[in-house]
Amino acid sequence: MNPLPGSAGAGASGVPAGDLEGVFRREWGRVVAALVGALGDLDLAEEAAQEAFAIAAERWPRLGPPASERAWLITTARNRAIDRIRRSQNLAAKTRLLAAEGPPEEGPLGSAPGGSPFRDERLELIFTCCHPALALEAQVALTLRTLGGLTTEEIAAAFLVPVPTMAQRLVRAKRKIAAAGIPFRVPPPALWPERLAAVLAVVYLVFNQGWTLPPGQREQAGAGPDLVAEALRLGRALAELVPGEAEVHGLLALMLLHDSRRHARFVPAGDEAEQHGGPGSGDGDVELVLLADQDRSRWDQAQIDEGLAVFRRVLALGGRGPYGLQAAIAAAHTRPGPDWAHIAVLYAELGRLTGSPVVALNRAVAVAEVEGPESGLRLVDRLPLGDYRYFHATRGELLARLGRIDEAIAAYDRAVTLTPDGPERRQFARRRVELAGGAERG
Amino acid sequence: MKYMLMIHQGTTPTPLDPDAWAALPAEEQQAIYAAYSEINATPGVTPGVGLQPPETATTVRVEGGRTITTDGPFVDTKESINGYLIFEADDLDAAIALAARIPAARLGGAIEVRPVMEW
Repeated sequence: MNPLPGSAGAGASGVPAGDLEGVFRREWGRVVAALVGALGDLDLAEEAAQEAFAIAAERWPRLGPPASERAWLITTARNRAIDRIRRSQNLAAKTRLLAAEGPPEEGPLGSAPGGSPFRDERLELIFTCCHPALALEAQVALTLRTLGGLTTEEIAAAFLVPVPTMAQRLVRAKRKIAAAGIPFRVPPPALWPERLAAVLAVVYLVFNQGWTLPPGQREQAGAGPDLVAEALRLGRALAELVPGEAEVHGLLALMLLHDSRRHARFVPAGDEAEQHGGPGSGDGDVELVLLADQDRSRWDQAQIDEGLAVFRRVLALGGRGPYGLQAAIAAAHTRPGPDWAHIAVLYAELGRLTGSPVVALNRAVAVAEVEGPESGLRLVDRLPLGDYRYFHATRGELLARLGRIDEAIAAYDRAVTLTPDGPERRQFARRRVELAGGAERG
Repeated sequence: MKYMLMIHQGTTPTPLDPDAWAALPAEEQQAIYAAYSEINATPGVTPGVGLQPPETATTVRVEGGRTITTDGPFVDTKESINGYLIFEADDLDAAIALAARIPAARLGGAIEVRPVMEW
């Protein structure tokens, strides 16, 4: 899935602007990674990559694309970097670069699709960007900048911070990488599990940041980049780079399956509100629809199939990590009439791994489906989640099913007060009004 | 790369607090001494000196040409450093790995890893 128009393939001679955008999306991360590998300098790598893409944008539409776009971009960028260093007379950097000036290194991934003679060093780059010596927010920003090719402005918009703040964050992070000696390499086995988890956490954070926005808003011009698409791109790249890691496939499957419901998760404001006689939507233009109430015909079946195929890789690799289990749960939800007993077991296993009361809350929901609301409520009431909105919404729902309407209304009241303005809060408020109306009539 | 590893004892029991130190099992005390000697013998390590507790510190400032002397460390007592070492290493990961072997890191203190300024 590529959200950019016209990025499917390059034309025979001239290259339309849309295709260039697609090439940029596909190749930016590899070009920057190859340059960091050769130059050992993130800033210089980015500047040189930018120059190379600018030259391509000027030249390719007139002369047609080169035989290997990737090799052309990396070579051009490297030459620009060499020019820059020669001009800046930076001796230390010069010696380092002269060593890299020979013919391109033929690495183990040299024959990767795309026919580039350069080794793919994106994995080294992402481990550098997601190094735990950097603040999490800096890891996220750097990953989106260097691997994803997002601009500082786009990243700032996506995370709702002023552009100068984001620029400063990126500068500091790059400075720390250089000054503190954060390595550009794939971590050794002893560090691998911890560092891979950090990388996956960054990708999942990017996904979730984008996932909270309705799809219309996600793709709207000026609303910032589509972070879900960025997260999927990163997830796919990781699945390609470390095909033997179940958790990598687990994360990708999880994201694909969640995102396959993007068009059913929200309905235009008014529809839902009028239908249920709920309060007007005010500021927003969409309403949230719960999984059980979603119009399944609006799910993206092709993406579900892809997600399930990726999930089968998780199973084949024997993956039972946190992402693999969440993918299993998401996969179970793709079937009509999901197997709640199985889902409850998966949540129990996930709960043992994470010790998270939120997971226990989800397990209680599944148990309620299997054994009835009373069993579910008993589990819910034990959880230390008094400030968590879904805790109260879940209690409200289970109490309503038990006919304890007054208590259910009180629980939804609490959920509403704990939720910021937006579709979610309106959804809780609507449910509360429904219950109150039912109580009056009954 | 050259790093300074600054050792903050925090609430780590040390021989400077004889009661807390005596509360540690003898094997643990020996393990701590052994860990420090192994670290000091690690290639690339230049051992630093240990410091007396932060209560013995004196802080000096000069304001308007006048020397102002105050009792105690510049930072909070619990944040002040108690020792350091210098480590010549390939990269930050190597320095982090060494820092994790310093007993204070697991006994209530923390190690700050800082690259040394190279001119």
